[in-house]
Amino acid sequence: MSKNTVNIIIDGVEIEAQEGQTILQAADDAGVYIPRLCYLKGLIPGGHCRVCTVKVNGRPASSCTFPVSEGLVIENDTEELTTLRRTVVEMLFAEGNHVCPACEASGNCELQAMAYRLGMLAVTLPFLRKPRELDATHPDVFIDRDRCILCGRCARASEAEGKRVFGFEGRGINKRIAVDGEHGLKETDLKAADRAARACPTGCLRLKRIGWKVPVGQRQYDTTPIGSDIEQKQPVG
Amino acid sequence: MAKTAKNGKRKIVINPVTRVEGHGKVTIVMDENNNVEQARFHIIEFRGFERFVQGRFYWEAPVMVQRLCGICPVSHHLAGAKATDMIVGVDKIPVTAEKMRRLMHYGQTYQSHALHFFHLASPDLLFGFDAPVEKRNVIGVIEAHPEVAKKAVLMRKFGQEVIKATGGKKVHPTGAIPGGINKNLSLEERDALKKDADTMVEWAVEALELCKKITKGNLEFLLNFGSFESNHVSIVREDGCMDLYDGKLRAIDAQGKKIFDMIEPLEYADYLGEEVRPWSYMKFPHIRSLGKEKGWYRVGPLSRVNCCDFIDTELAEKARQEFMALTNGKPVHASMAYHWARVIELLHAAEKIRELLDDPDLQGTELVAQGTKREKGVAWIEAPRGTLFHHYEINTETDQITLANLIVSTTSNNEPMNRAVQVIADQHLKGKGESEITEGLLNHIEVGIRAYDPCLSCATHALGKMRLHVELVDAAGHLLDEKFRG
Ligand code: SF4
Ligand code: SF4
Ligand code: FES
Repeated sequence: MSKNTVNIIIDGVEIEAQEGQTILQAADDAGVYIPRLCYLKGLIPGGHCRVCTVKVNGRPASSCTFPVSEGLVIENDTEELTTLRRTVVEMLFAEGNHVCPACEASGNCELQAMAYRLGMLAVTLPFLRKPRELDATHPDVFIDRDRCILCGRCARASEAEGKRVFGFEGRGINKRIAVDGEHGLKETDLKAADRAARACPTGCLRLKRIGWKVPVGQRQYDTTPIGSDIEQKQPVG
Repeated sequence: MAKTAKNGKRKIVINPVTRVEGHGKVTIVMDENNNVEQARFHIIEFRGFERFVQGRFYWEAPVMVQRLCGICPVSHHLAGAKATDMIVGVDKIPVTAEKMRRLMHYGQTYQSHALHFFHLASPDLLFGFDAPVEKRNVIGVIEAHPEVAKKAVLMRKFGQEVIKATGGKKVHPTGAIPGGINKNLSLEERDALKKDADTMVEWAVEALELCKKITKGNLEFLLNFGSFESNHVSIVREDGCMDLYDGKLRAIDAQGKKIFDMIEPLEYADYLGEEVRPWSYMKFPHIRSLGKEKGWYRVGPLSRVNCCDFIDTELAEKARQEFMALTNGKPVHASMAYHWARVIELLHAAEKIRELLDDPDLQGTELVAQGTKREKGVAWIEAPRGTLFHHYEINTETDQITLANLIVSTTSNNEPMNRAVQVIADQHLKGKGESEITEGLLNHIEVGIRAYDPCLSCATHALGKMRLHVELVDAAGHLLDEKFRG
């Protein structure tokens, strides 16, 4: 065991992790999938969505922000945590206005795929039904806030590109993704080629005029559940 | 709720909120001499269509519009896609795309017509209109003619498989996109369909024979039942051939004389007007040159067979000729003739599917054409129930739909259904001095409306029992009787 590695245990299996990694990153490297929505590889973790909640030495914590240390005992794939995550995902559905059959992201959407993976059959919570604003001003990118889960991936991606096109505004149920332009996205310096324009896990922030070019049945999560890419990975080391 | 008009007849304003959920409502108004003055089949289903898509992106239209109406989603999908072709500046989509869309459309027509004929129409025809509702339904058909019922299920399934292979899903396809299609037909998909294609043609022939046999066995009655003269509208190909997917608009009068012909989609509003009537949320389309009173017209299988000069598939053309011989080539006006015309189209769709499956263009790889964005897109298609119009306007900067106007086949057929009910009620009540809605009258109204296959939830009940609310009103406006069914 080299100096900067530590050992952690996830669901009874010992895993070697690099010091400085988060639990989620270490699990990814070991081919163990921890569900997540606001985490996107290469961006600073946001810790917003709580879908990545695990139990660390018996206490709930978000794995995308929790650093590894020697001997951590982690629960991930348990009935209890799956139920909790499913509830979180259900809340995201109830908060927004999601009509999957009419949404172009269907089949490529991480939120939808997560709902399937976690076995969410229907939304049992009351829908907020709060209409949210659509921003169609940009020639190549749109924001359909009905489908926003406030994960902040767009904001972090933009910041990483040195642009700061997106940011949060308001609190509680009034919280929304805002843009750095008084009259909408067209006034920002967002370009279609930016990573921020492709960072969104849902059908909210999308490139225009794509729609249904990729046939249903051939979309990312049509055949394999979300997370299978990680689970198929050979453990490192 | 109701006011007596100056002429002594009663005008009834129906508040849709008081309408029984899921029931088709019919009002029959009698005049002073107790003749049927008027009948109205109240349709409120198509409200808010246009609002729903306003503000959405044009490329979403083909998928979103099919959510508005659960009865023929494929037709809305394709009409929406065709209108957005125009918006993206494409006047001719690649040949593979057009043939894929056609295949999808024939698949939809086939399954829709098979469902209607076997589940909804055949019980009426096989058991007679006056057979009790308990018997006159598809369960009755299954018991009395198990073979027929089994084939009906498989025909429907075949149509759905065609839709899935071309559109990705069996019920709500997403295959047609602005400027083309998002997939071609793989050889596996083709072969899976091809092995049943001949059988599907055979079974359509059997359906035609069955329909003909029943109809001819009772010809005089059926030709008379709910019959009235009218104009007919449909799309035809440029050479006058029947074309369910694309073409120019033609209108003929009761004698078969052309009122207009070879109209392009962008001209539709110059030839067809849409009138709003106070008692209905629905718009009443009419042929402008004939005015609001006389300009109403029928659409659907009967109108298409009446309007076209010929059909380009052998068996269906033979069937058409035999059908038109009924009236020596003049338009057929009997409501019940819709059933016969529908099975002719069923056969045509089966022949077209078979023909297309042999066409290597379906394996082509050029799927989408591109052009320069336009502000307006108008298109039509012959949906199973009749001509369907989609018209969109967009803001070319934001790509959002600013205006949408749809004319649904059932709205065109609303006035014809009123007429059919009027004739049927008159035939039934004439001289009898009856002021009661008998079971027989209820049955006959149901059968008459059903001939038009309206895309209403009340009329497409899985078991074929139409949920109806019929009221009879006298000249002074008194409610004489009221009956519910279903
Ligand atoms: S964003 Fe995802 S979850 Fe929301 S409607 Fe679209 S596909 Fe469904
Ligand atoms: S727009 Fe997309 S990426 Fe940005 S916060 Fe909303 S869901 Fe997340
Ligand atoms: S992925 Fe960890 S909180 Fe969202």
